[in-house]
This record gives sequence, C-alpha cells and structure tokens, in this order.
Amino acid sequence: MKRLTKAIILTLLKIIVVFYTVFPFYWAIVSSFKTGSALFSVDFFPPIDLTNYRDLLTNGNFLRNILNSAIVAVSVVTLSLIFAITSAYALGKLKFRGRGVVLAAILGASMFPQIVVLSGLFGTIRWLGLYNSLGSLVLSYMIFSLPFTVWVMTSFIRQIPAELEDAARMDGCSTWAMIWQIYFPLLAPALASTGLLAFIASWNEFLFALTFTLSDTVRTVPVGLALISGSSRFELPFGTIMAASVIVTVPLILLVLIFQRRIVSGLTAGAVK
Amino acid sequence: MTSQTTIQSGWIKRIEPWLLLAPMLIVLATVTAWPLARTAYLSFMHATLDAGDLPRFIGFRNYLALMKDGDWWHAVRNSAFFSATSVTLETLAGVGIALLIDSQLKGRGALRAVMLIPWAIPTVVSAQMWQWMLHDQYGVVNALLIKLGLIAHGIAWTAGTGTAMAAIIAVDVWQTTPFMVLLILAGLQIIPRDLYEAAKVDGAPGWAQFFYITLPLLWPTLAVAILFRLLDAVRMFDLAYVLSSKSRETATISIYARQQLVDFQDVGYGSAVAMLVFVMISLVAAVYIQLTKIRLISE
Repeated sequence: MKRLTKAIILTLLKIIVVFYTVFPFYWAIVSSFKTGSALFSVDFFPPIDLTNYRDLLTNGNFLRNILNSAIVAVSVVTLSLIFAITSAYALGKLKFRGRGVVLAAILGASMFPQIVVLSGLFGTIRWLGLYNSLGSLVLSYMIFSLPFTVWVMTSFIRQIPAELEDAARMDGCSTWAMIWQIYFPLLAPALASTGLLAFIASWNEFLFALTFTLSDTVRTVPVGLALISGSSRFELPFGTIMAASVIVTVPLILLVLIFQRRIVSGLTAGAVK
Repeated sequence: MTSQTTIQSGWIKRIEPWLLLAPMLIVLATVTAWPLARTAYLSFMHATLDAGDLPRFIGFRNYLALMKDGDWWHAVRNSAFFSATSVTLETLAGVGIALLIDSQLKGRGALRAVMLIPWAIPTVVSAQMWQWMLHDQYGVVNALLIKLGLIAHGIAWTAGTGTAMAAIIAVDVWQTTPFMVLLILAGLQIIPRDLYEAAKVDGAPGWAQFFYITLPLLWPTLAVAILFRLLDAVRMFDLAYVLSSKSRETATISIYARQQLVDFQDVGYGSAVAMLVFVMISLVAAVYIQLTKIRLISE
C-alpha cells in the first residue's frame, strides 16, 4: 500500500515536471495558429491555421535571417572544429612545457564575458572592414566556440589509447597524417556532438549579432525575432512572433532529440571528469 | 649523420606542439586578449564614436565617475540578485528533478529527452514565448490565475515594479534548470548502486542516504555545473533585454555596459564599465574556485 502511494506520488510529480517543461513551447505552437481576435481568447486546441507562417515566409526578411544564421553557424562550427582537432592533439597527446598554461588560458577564455570585449572588438571589426557583415559574427563567435570545442575535444582525444599511436609511429606515420588519418575518423562521433553544441550556441547568440550588424538583410534570426513588431502600434504581433519561434526552434529540438545521447556526453565531457 | 637527425627531430618535437596550436591561439588572441587590452586602454580615455572626436587620455576619471553612478550600482545589485536567486533555484530544482527522474527506471529516457527541449530553445525565443504568456491582458498565465480566483485583474508581469525581475528569474529557471538536470543525472550515474544497498541494510533512512552518500559523491559534478551557471548568470544580457527592454528596474551590468557603449556612444565610459564587469566576473570565478576547491584541469 505504502509502495503504491509512493509510486502514485512520483508519477504525479513527473507529470507536473513534464507539463512545466513542455507547456510553454506547446502554447507557442498553439498561438502560432491564431490570428486577429483569436489571439485574445485562451483556447488550448484551436484549429490549425497557417496564415502566420505564410505571411512570414512570403514577405519580410525572415528567410534571409534564417539563411544568415545558418551561414554563420556552419562557418563557425567548421572553423572551430578544424582548429580544435590539431589543438586537441597537441594538448591531449603531446607532452611539452607550457601545456598547463595553454589549458588554463583556454579555460579562462571559456569564462570570458562577451560584453568585456565589445568595445575593443568593435575597433578590430571596423579595421578589418567586417562591420555590418556576416564575417564580423563568424570572427566574434570564435570567442565562445573555440575554447569550448578545444576543451571538449582534448578530453575526448585523451580517452583514445596510446597503443594506436605507437603502432602508427612504428610505420613511420607523420604527425599530420596521424591527426587526419588516425584520430579524425576515431573522433568523428565526438566531433558531431561537439559541433552540434557549438552550432546551437552560434544559432542562439544575441549580443554580438545585435551590435555588429545593422541592416535587415545581415541580421540573424535572434535579432530579427527580438525586433519583430506589429504593423501598427495596436496590433499584437505575437501570432507572427510565435510562428517564427516555432520555425526557428523545431529543427533544433529535432536535432537535439536525434543526437540525444551524444549531446549529453558532449555536455558532460566539458563539465564532468 | 645520426646525431644530426636526432638533433633535428628533437628541435621539431619541441616546436611541433606550438605549430599545431598556433592557428587556434592566434584566432583566440584576436578575439580575447587584443580586444581586452583595447577595452582597458579605452577605459582611460575620453572617447566617443564621433569621427572628428579623437580619444584623449583622462586617467581614472571614467572610473571615478562610475563609483558615483547610481544607475551602475543599481545594475550591479540587479545582476547580483538575479545570479544568486536564479542559480540557487536552478540548483535546488535541478537536484530535485534529477533525483525524481533517477528514482525509477521506467520513463527515464523519455524524461531526459523532455529535459532537452527548453535547453535547445534559443534564449530570445524563450523570452518572446514568456513575454506572450505573461502578457497583461491576453496572457495565458493571467487568464489561469483569474480563473483560479487568485487575482482579480491581469498583472503586467514584465513591466511592473517588483514583478519584472521575478519574471526574468522565472524564465531563466525554466530555461536552464534542464541543463542542471542533465549534468546532475550524469553525475548520479557515477555513484555505485551498492552503496545504497549497504545503507539500506544498515537501516539508514532516505534523507541520510541523500546527505551521506548522494550529495558528497555528486558534489564534484554539481560544483562545476554551478560554476558554469553562475558565470552565465552574472553576464546575462539577452533575457532581460528582450523581456523588459532596458528598464532600470532589471538592467544587468551587461545591459548597462552596452547602453553606454552603443546607445550613448560613450566608448571611454562604456569601456570602464566593461572592465569592471570583467574584474567582477573574474573575482566571482576565483572566489568560487577557491571555496569549492574544484580542480578544472587534470594532471
């Protein structure tokens, strides 16, 4: 009897947790189907009406913003992973003086508050001619993407046994070939999870995107979404905003659910030893 | 000949790690060390974004003005309150939910998947979602509270004095507790199950098992997770920016710094603000690492 009550309480608690976690997103989906006065009523199961989606996709810069976000995030992830592999090999497999210092510097950089470099970076970006271009974001996103990918890849590469490398060295394998022909394929799953996490971080970034880009056509999705407003002051733009939110979020949620296990291992490799 | 090659390979061996690290270190220096040095330099200048206005050295005057700036100290209090409250709530809720998920094998995978949903949602999207849910006239939260008879009229959560900060904390807790849960769940996996069996044989009650087994063994994981959350919370920008714009009531130190830099184009003063933010965050990290004695770098 006591056992049964306990099981019922636990199940109830779980239902509450699931409701709390999922409801806000459910409400966003529901609201994205509502237009005009339907938005004013609390209706949990409205008919599916795709007007807001059609409006978003046919006019305005929304599609352009999505494309911008994708270009930036893919470039950031590709560059970071290339840098991270060679660095992780040096930090995880080679013994050299200064290794501890480099690791500490990378850890320090990963805790770096973005706001601190804003004014300094602004000068660099203008000097490079990158202001109001996607290049400014690719460069500035390295600040969080690079320390994270290097750190996580270093902890992954350490788990690969040394025997493999010894055998390859016997066969006269050079370091460069070692990295790209031996470690790269072995690290592919780790690269996928680390890359996905770096992708999400770039896709979501707001402060730099708000500051370093100006025109509607160069904006990324988070900035576009934060600045959407109704055509008149009295019109509630929330139907459109929710539709945009759903479009931006659904691919992320699907990716995260598909790569569930990898993501959790990527997150914990950065935090738990 | 042989000694020649050994000398040469010894030399290559010594610089090889640095050759491999060089591209990464150069990029990292370009986006961290160099801009940081420039921000530090600008913080001692009177500088604006006006093209005709050349920066001129004014010593510590920006910092002195900042010490007497009420809005700045208000932002410091906001950030401190936000960080302390949200990280505490997230840790407590995170441990609670993780233990709940871990309590039964049934449904563990599904619940963990559900936890990933708020975590994957961009912060700006969560801010907009909650902005709408908390809307004073048409928000679902007010509608439910009125139906339950808890309030008579809708409350303007994100605009009201006292409620705006609470709303921001609530959204942050919703969004980032799942991150805590995922890390804590991973930490719980490491604890050997036979410890609990032994405790049960000795007749230790549930709370004793938690305080003498779970918590001490979970602590290394928890301490790192809290550090990550804390650093994120102290520099928080997007949530408060989107939820309640730049209202003084909720402006964080990052929002205040950007306001000076970009909106008021006062680069010198804004840089001084940014440097103080940097010092504060470094202090928080240093004190925390000292207190918890966590080791972030192995070997």
